Amino acid sequence: MEWSALDLSLNLAFWTCVILLPLAVLLGRVLAWNKFRGKAFVEALVAVPLVLPPTVLGYYLILSFGGDSSIGRFYEALSGHGLVFTFDGLLLASIIFNLPFAVQPMQRAFEAVPMNVREAAWCSGMSNWLTFWRIELPLAWTGMLSALVLTFAHTLGEFGVVLMMGGNIPGQTRTLSIAIYDRMQMFDYGSAGIMSAVLLSLSVAAITFVYLLGYRRRRHHA
Amino acid sequence: MPELDPGLKVRVQQEKPVPLNSEIYCAPGELIALIGPSGGGKTTLLRMIAGLEKPAKGEISCAGDTWLDIEQGKCLSPQQRRIGYVFQDYALFPHLSAVQNIEAALLHLPRASRREKSSTLIDMVNLGGLEERLPGQLSGGQRQRIALARALAREPKVLLMDEPFSAVDQVTRRKLQYELVQLRQRINLPIIFVTHDLNDAMSLADRIYAISRGVTLQNGPPMELIRYPDSLSVARLMDLQNIFEGQVINHDADNGLSRIKWLDYVLEARLQEEHTPGVTVNWVIPPSYIVLHRRHRPSHGERENPVHGIVGELTVLGENTVISMLVNGQQEQRLSLTVSSHVAERNYISVGADISVSLLQQGLHLMPLQEREPSG
Repeated sequence: MEWSALDLSLNLAFWTCVILLPLAVLLGRVLAWNKFRGKAFVEALVAVPLVLPPTVLGYYLILSFGGDSSIGRFYEALSGHGLVFTFDGLLLASIIFNLPFAVQPMQRAFEAVPMNVREAAWCSGMSNWLTFWRIELPLAWTGMLSALVLTFAHTLGEFGVVLMMGGNIPGQTRTLSIAIYDRMQMFDYGSAGIMSAVLLSLSVAAITFVYLLGYRRRRHHA
Repeated sequence: MPELDPGLKVRVQQEKPVPLNSEIYCAPGELIALIGPSGGGKTTLLRMIAGLEKPAKGEISCAGDTWLDIEQGKCLSPQQRRIGYVFQDYALFPHLSAVQNIEAALLHLPRASRREKSSTLIDMVNLGGLEERLPGQLSGGQRQRIALARALAREPKVLLMDEPFSAVDQVTRRKLQYELVQLRQRINLPIIFVTHDLNDAMSLADRIYAISRGVTLQNGPPMELIRYPDSLSVARLMDLQNIFEGQVINHDADNGLSRIKWLDYVLEARLQEEHTPGVTVNWVIPPSYIVLHRRHRPSHGERENPVHGIVGELTVLGENTVISMLVNGQQEQRLSLTVSSHVAERNYISVGADISVSLLQQGLHLMPLQEREPSG
């Protein structure tokens, strides 16, 4: 068992959730209730990581954030190191490839909040912010939890994009899924087995949790 | 300083998405019903008063405050308008208890005052003991009461209700109507409610606004709309059955009469000189102005517009019986009247029986001729 890889994976998953969640709440809410030109394109962009091969995504991420790119150069000037093959780069990639896992459950949850309930809040004198805080968010909380759990689990399991953007630097970018691959290459089936079992358990637990939330939401709306 | 109008004044116009051209005035303490066909703009009007929708043109003011003035570029948000709104399916906050639903409209008050005020409102709507229940654990009638208490919590300047009795059973409906009448005596607010149900409007409203295709066709006390509808459309909205076409013969101002020709009858109506002799008009008579003659025993009262026919249909509805009379035996000239079931029995009224009725002059109302729309 490579504890540093598990620690890195958990760290990556945690920070991805922390940064992505507010973004997903904001974007999910806008997509749920606003009509605007190009909405379908924005929704498609959010969903692209679901269907794109990780290598393609990784390629474009390196192209966009690599040392030769303007964003990469800007970030290097700011922080003293580049984005590729660093934890920061890994985090950025993780946020992008997790977009659909965070935004879509949020969007569905906000869509399920009846419009007249929001209107009732306005007519009761609640400002838009109070309506969001006291009515919309509590009614959409199951979506938020789904988004959190799916993002967390998906980050732990991601392999292709992580490998391309972060490489395989122990303690810096070597996540659990890459460590498993590494161990398999070295025919260390014992360690690979333990780490796989950890990932499998976490994934099953996470997905079970999401389904349980789904049942609860359906019961609530029944 | 000019005295401020304490009522609600609404004048809105728009072409799209729902065509509207309406004016409404509702005084404090007055209860107004908006009736009309679905999609006619009633709910849109209510939403515009609440600030949930904005018309292309118009002004809305309440208790001297201007809420909307499109020309001046003024449009207050729902939060700024101080309205109480009872939504059609109540739109309670499903995750909040009954008392929290009410307190959600009291967030401008300190916490202690909120609790005090909400418990007063809970008592007012007779829901003591159910404070901690979630909306999902309440019956339809209880939910409606919470919605009403929430709407009144902010001390609104106007109370708006969209089909407030549509989601409850008949017994609860009667009870809620009774409570609304009681409530009116305690709050001095303009109250406007939208309804599909003519009975709700007739039994509760001081005035009815008949709205069709976004236009106010007529407004007035319920009995005025029943007795004196301005047009065929209003008569149909008021569910009047006895609508026919006739020709104005003359007016007799001395005797306060107008005469019309209908089939082979000359009928005398209340004087209505606005209809020129010679023109064809629609005329209408409410069932309560049709008197059944006692069979086999004629009397003096039968001289007033006597009309003969045979019974086409007979429907016994408990204590009342609805008779559909084929005038002169013609299938297409049906006169509908309601009599007590015992009267129908005593007079041996049955399908095919010859009967005569009097159309009382005072109830015979003339309207400009309007092509009948195909009924939907």
